[in-house]
Amino acid sequence: MALVEIEVNGKNMSSEVEERQLLVHFLRDDLNLTGTHVGCDTSQCGACVIHLNGNAVKSCSMLTVQANNASITTIEGLADGDKLHPVQEAFRENHGLQCGFCTPGMIMAAVDIIKRKPNLNEKIVREELEGNLCRCTGYQNIVKSILAAANKV
Amino acid sequence: MKFAVGQPVRRVEDTRLITGKGKFTDDLKLPNTAHGIFVRSPYAHANISSINFEEALKMPGVVDIYTGEKLKSEGLKHMSVIDFLQNKDGSPMNASKRPILATGKVRHVGDPVVFVVAESMNQALDASELIEIDYDELPCVIDTGKALNSDSPLLFDEFGTNSAVDWEAGSEKEWSDVEEKAHHISKVDLVNNRIVVNPIEPRSATSDFNKDDDRFTVYVESQGSHAMRERLAGSIGVEEKNVKVVTNDVGGGFGLKMMCFPEYIATMFASRALNRPVKWTSTRSEAFLSDSQGRDHVTEASIAMDKEGNFLGVKVDTVAAVGAYLSQYGIFIPTLAGAGMHVGVYKIPVLYNTVNVVYTNTVPVDAYRGAGRPEASYVIERLVDKAADDLGMDPLQLRIKNFVQTEDIGKHEGAILPLDSCDFQKTTEMSIVNSSYDGFAKRKENSKLDNKLKGIGISYYIERTQGEGAENSRVVVSGEGSVKVFAGTQSTGQGHETAWTQILVEKLGVNPEDVSVHFGNSDDLPGGGGTGGSKSLYMAAGAINDASNIMLKKGIEIAANELEASVDDVEYTTDSGPLFQVKGTNRNIDLYSVARLAEGQSNTQILDGESVYEHKDPTFPNGCHICELSIDKETGRIEIDNYSATDDFGKIINPLLVAGQVHGGIVQGLGQAMGEHALYEEETGQLINGSFMDYHMPRADEFPEFDLDFNQDAECTTNTLGAKGCGEAGTVASTTAYVNAIYDALSEYDFNELDMPITPMKIWKIINGIN
Ligand code: FES
Ligand code: FES
Repeated sequence: MALVEIEVNGKNMSSEVEERQLLVHFLRDDLNLTGTHVGCDTSQCGACVIHLNGNAVKSCSMLTVQANNASITTIEGLADGDKLHPVQEAFRENHGLQCGFCTPGMIMAAVDIIKRKPNLNEKIVREELEGNLCRCTGYQNIVKSILAAANKV
Repeated sequence: MKFAVGQPVRRVEDTRLITGKGKFTDDLKLPNTAHGIFVRSPYAHANISSINFEEALKMPGVVDIYTGEKLKSEGLKHMSVIDFLQNKDGSPMNASKRPILATGKVRHVGDPVVFVVAESMNQALDASELIEIDYDELPCVIDTGKALNSDSPLLFDEFGTNSAVDWEAGSEKEWSDVEEKAHHISKVDLVNNRIVVNPIEPRSATSDFNKDDDRFTVYVESQGSHAMRERLAGSIGVEEKNVKVVTNDVGGGFGLKMMCFPEYIATMFASRALNRPVKWTSTRSEAFLSDSQGRDHVTEASIAMDKEGNFLGVKVDTVAAVGAYLSQYGIFIPTLAGAGMHVGVYKIPVLYNTVNVVYTNTVPVDAYRGAGRPEASYVIERLVDKAADDLGMDPLQLRIKNFVQTEDIGKHEGAILPLDSCDFQKTTEMSIVNSSYDGFAKRKENSKLDNKLKGIGISYYIERTQGEGAENSRVVVSGEGSVKVFAGTQSTGQGHETAWTQILVEKLGVNPEDVSVHFGNSDDLPGGGGTGGSKSLYMAAGAINDASNIMLKKGIEIAANELEASVDDVEYTTDSGPLFQVKGTNRNIDLYSVARLAEGQSNTQILDGESVYEHKDPTFPNGCHICELSIDKETGRIEIDNYSATDDFGKIINPLLVAGQVHGGIVQGLGQAMGEHALYEEETGQLINGSFMDYHMPRADEFPEFDLDFNQDAECTTNTLGAKGCGEAGTVASTTAYVNAIYDALSEYDFNELDMPITPMKIWKIINGIN
């Protein structure tokens, strides 16, 4: 077991974890932050995307111990109290989700895309979504949601 | 009216899903839960000679370990499936019995053999590594087309064949008459490639047996808790009343989540044996080896025509794989689900269809979005293009010439589909405009300058939604000012909470904020039809409408009493709020006050209504999809330039949700045409592309923005809404639109059939004359 200190959604916590534990399981199983999902075991689907020190990462692709001393935001911590983040708002407004399983990862990835790419267009958004799979929406309204949010942020 | 039928209202379910508060099955953590994992067969076909788990049992945290023999000795039989079909000679079909855990023999890579239960998932995994299973490998058969060869190994010796059923529909004699008088017959040989369903949420189940009331609660994904309850009870061998199913948020269904799987039964068994909750969640790698897969047909088809190009008849011979065992609807999908659909939207008097459903050493095949109907549509829409090519006719004109016309409705001659409404001509005309079809020749000419091959493909698809059946609903009005709607349908992402709210708001004139929609708990209603076959909208609407009327009837009696009027003089109106009113006066009492009155009465107690809505007729969503694409001559790379979908779904309740269904459906259909393919190694039966790393899941950058339009003129006449259903339509349509466009682009090259998935490599070979 190893001791980690991590800030999650603004709260500092220290925990004893198994060395082999993946960060996504720390979030889901130990902290009960079940908004972050697991959709694959090969780092392809993006259902597990969170922000680590402000950048999007796939939480299935790193160990909890690697996040020691880091600051993490999950989908549960994205809104400002009752006020939704503009990207969350845009997904609702543009029907950017159906089953909602890929959605937390999509939204966390989208926030990062918008931050990194100042002049977004449809083509760039589609390319940037390379690491996020959705089986329901055909991506069209996800792309639309991200472009709409980019104009607002 | 806010939130009424027809409006693109935003979804009520979204708030929880975009904030991470969705509740999916794997999110559940019951106290004292034990975790199970499966040890699966690494071989496609083998005899199990021994299983040794002594050492594993001693590992830390291990609770118990189960084998097929153990389950059998405790009275467990096999999975409950549909197996009522007969061979064409009248003899019974060869119905395989799918075990919960394999005994004696394994029949596909991934077949579950041992179930290890431990305090934690990691402990179960650690223990599983010490389990020794000895197998004697047997030769396997993978290729659907080879399953019936005399030298192919048999999966079930007792049948003496790999055929599960040798089925036919229509008359062979009628077809030979047509064949004789035909001026021309066009033929196609097609492979409808095997698909891995891959909802992004993997399957999961937690079973919790309660000794005191001798009852299981099973938390599991489903497409209807009642159908799941029936299968779970049938497979574990208890009565339905001893099982409660709870389905929370479902991360995509596509037919897969309708099915009851052996893993669920194993968790039930262990929970009963251990008297504690037992949970299993699939990994993606496991999903590739254990989720039922889709399609997998090998087909030869012919279409007969007269001199003018009028269609006379169609013959379709298919060999369809069901995989290693019959799955829940495995036998139904390639036969009855698509039966009769091969005539498409055309006036084709004769259809003769044979299907041999075969066992192969592969994962079982079952429903995948469209289930039987995309396969049929692919056959007829490829045939029509082939016929146009053979006759030197324009494929669009050949279609128009043979369309069933509105005036043909009700005549139902020969094999023509028994439509209630249609407007194929107008939908096509709209589609021609929407896709700028007429400007294509010019665009093709221009593309030559860039060394591109441009093609355009039409698919006029038709779908038959699941018609016959019943759906339950209950509407409960509370004096506190809220309305609860219970439905037997199950959303797996379609937005039922929103649509059912719209239907109720329209009916009762209440505020949408006061309405809540509930489904997924099998104890809430005595039964339910569930979701599948694109029928939920009109079934739920019918049930909600009936339940509301029963509730209102009760309400009128209470209101009449309160308003001191006779029951006949009181009506329900939504003109100025939800009110019971004495006709022709302004004496009234509102819905919630009546509910409060009901709550005070010992004989009524609550204001509610419960219904079972029965429905007979299927609906026929249809539409014209046109795909335009370019092929890079150097590399064979394909780019979709434009995709235009013009659909007739009858009346549309929420255009936003409908568009979403169409987008998703189109991409699933295109995925199959462009790259999705469960690829098994022939010798060993290993799934070669069993991960998202290798399997071509459609991604955002492969598609342009789709252009959608709707023809709402031909409302459905067999349900009160006028709606036809839209859930599967996109998938039925898009596969063929894409493939037809590829054939068009390659028209100057000489090649035989080009089977899906159509990869740049295959195209490059054709362009370069390499076989
Ligand atoms: S679960 Fe992390 S990428 Fe799929
Ligand atoms: S909304 Fe279902 S996977 Fe994206």
